[in-house]
Amino acid sequence: MRFEINVKSERFIPDKDMQACGLFGVMNIEGKRFGGEMAIKAIINMKARGNGLGGGFAAYGIYPDYKDYYAIHIMFQNRNLDAKKKVDEFLSKNFDVVFDEEIPNNPEADVVDPPLVWRYFVSPKKEGEDVKLSDDDYVVSKVMHINTSIDDAYVFSSGKDMGVFKGVGFPEDVADFFLLNELYKGYIWVAHSRFPTNTPGWWGGAHPFSILDWTVVHNGEISSYGTNKRFLEMYGYYCTLFTDTEVMAYAVDLLMRRQGLPIEVVSKIFAAPMWDLIEHMDEKKKKLYSTLRMVYSPLLINGPFTVIVAHQGEMFGITDRIRLRPITAGAKGDFVFLSSEESAIRAVSPKLDLVWTPRGGEPVVVRLKRKDHLMSIKESI
Amino acid sequence: MVSGLSLRDMFLEGVRPIEKLLRYVEIEDDRAIIDASELKHKEVNDLLRYVALKHVTKVDLVNVVGQRYIGTRLHIPNPSPKLEIHIQGTPGNDLGAFLDRHRIIVHGNAQDGVGNTMDDGEIVVYGRAGDVVAMSMRGGKIFIRDNVGYRTAIHMKEYVGKIPILVVGGTAQDFFGEYMAGGRVILLGLNLKEGERHKAHYIGTGMHGGIIYLRGKVEDYQLGKEVGILKLEEEDWKFVERQVEQYCNYFGANKEKIMEGNFIKLVPVSRRPYGKIYAY
Repeated sequence: MRFEINVKSERFIPDKDMQACGLFGVMNIEGKRFGGEMAIKAIINMKARGNGLGGGFAAYGIYPDYKDYYAIHIMFQNRNLDAKKKVDEFLSKNFDVVFDEEIPNNPEADVVDPPLVWRYFVSPKKEGEDVKLSDDDYVVSKVMHINTSIDDAYVFSSGKDMGVFKGVGFPEDVADFFLLNELYKGYIWVAHSRFPTNTPGWWGGAHPFSILDWTVVHNGEISSYGTNKRFLEMYGYYCTLFTDTEVMAYAVDLLMRRQGLPIEVVSKIFAAPMWDLIEHMDEKKKKLYSTLRMVYSPLLINGPFTVIVAHQGEMFGITDRIRLRPITAGAKGDFVFLSSEESAIRAVSPKLDLVWTPRGGEPVVVRLKRKDHLMSIKESI
Repeated sequence: MVSGLSLRDMFLEGVRPIEKLLRYVEIEDDRAIIDASELKHKEVNDLLRYVALKHVTKVDLVNVVGQRYIGTRLHIPNPSPKLEIHIQGTPGNDLGAFLDRHRIIVHGNAQDGVGNTMDDGEIVVYGRAGDVVAMSMRGGKIFIRDNVGYRTAIHMKEYVGKIPILVVGGTAQDFFGEYMAGGRVILLGLNLKEGERHKAHYIGTGMHGGIIYLRGKVEDYQLGKEVGILKLEEEDWKFVERQVEQYCNYFGANKEKIMEGNFIKLVPVSRRPYGKIYAY
């Protein structure tokens, strides 16, 4: 059943309080690469959590032949070739582009208004002042330039040996468009089914959001967006994608990559424990959590959320501190799953070794060659 | 920027009429088996209604994988017999929503919203359940063998003789009994270690009706401001013992040992805790 929207109607974007998005992530902790089938099947199982106005995937380990180069996925809105020309010039000036092509796609796929999506494999060509920057910081500054200064060009992802594929449609249609199951093998797959409530459904606004190899998929609503956004602007991050989730990607990059904090600490900044619970902690914890709350109060993420964040070698899921959005974790052999619903995990792996739900604000951290995900079981149900 | 949008119906898209669903059901006298592996949310309930009207009394619903609202829309006027629905697999959210006198037995885990606004009947879960179990429940009974998530029994209610009952064998996460307006909730903590506290904080926040019976250890600061702690009276003990006996019948636990545990009774200190905030 499909119906066209009367654009004159005020009802064309669903009301604020309807059911929200579906998230799924799977990682092989031994680093074995596998196709997109599990992520696609799982997100289909949660069809009711999206409404066809956005779906997307992030996959890690997909470009082994170019793994030393930044893989930059860029979409050109309205297939604007003028924007592409500007981007081509900008990239050639600032990077050595070793290979570029249109991302292979299936024009028959049931997606809405596909833009032109191109990928470039590049290495930085630093000149002048920029020589002082690390490669990563250099790439971030150039991505920000494209997003803010070149109309109709938006960077989907910019990390090494990974990529973001997203668009408007149900996630399985987006997977079909980018031929994810046929062309790629990765050791982490993250999927998102969107139910946009407060912001428009457009290709750039689909999840995952990404900077470098960090990707974020999000279910919920960040009511602290304004505060978070202004804080991040002081560090050179500019939000251009009309969606609250973007701040999460930049906050993660700032805290984890630039400041080197582990997710175990970052989760207590995003989902800080309540003051009245901090009061009952032992002295050491009390000091740590009070300090974090004071130093990083502009990065407290308020409002209901569940996010799955991934980058090379690591994937983690976390909810807001009073769990206003769901998460379930599961494990079977070397596979660890994070999902909005247990049934989506069971749809791809009916028999699980473990299934658990951590307490609100407690991250489930999945790392290569480690069993860190088991740490969250203690306080789980 | 927003162009060519088309909304699609994620619930009803591709839903087939009942004639096309009959190959997923086998009926033999008063028994039926439904294979849910390829069925959508609505199709499962369409088939359940179909078999109920054929005077089936016991249904095995197999290969369930996330279908929501199972058991809702089964209001069939007296004197039709009630259904007993055995679920194999993982039922989706809002299992038994508005349930009307039927029984649902889940042989595995359940997700969020078990027994949402359930009217009457019984739900038994041989596993754990997610968030908002028994939300707005207004009658009947729910037994969960293991743990439950956040906001269990939120705004559970009662009216005159109609009192819903929820029994949880394990422990719960935060906001247990939030805004509870009625009903009886028993939290047994059977999987906690000796001396280990229950995991929930903010227990009974905003509670203004009903009773929580809590077995095991809990610190004062884990309780919401709106609840008071009482000792169990003889009536309470009798009530709890009856429910624990039923729990043990279902899940094979030791009743005597459970009843030896330390129970407290939590009741609201006011029937209108926020009256002074919102009313002038």
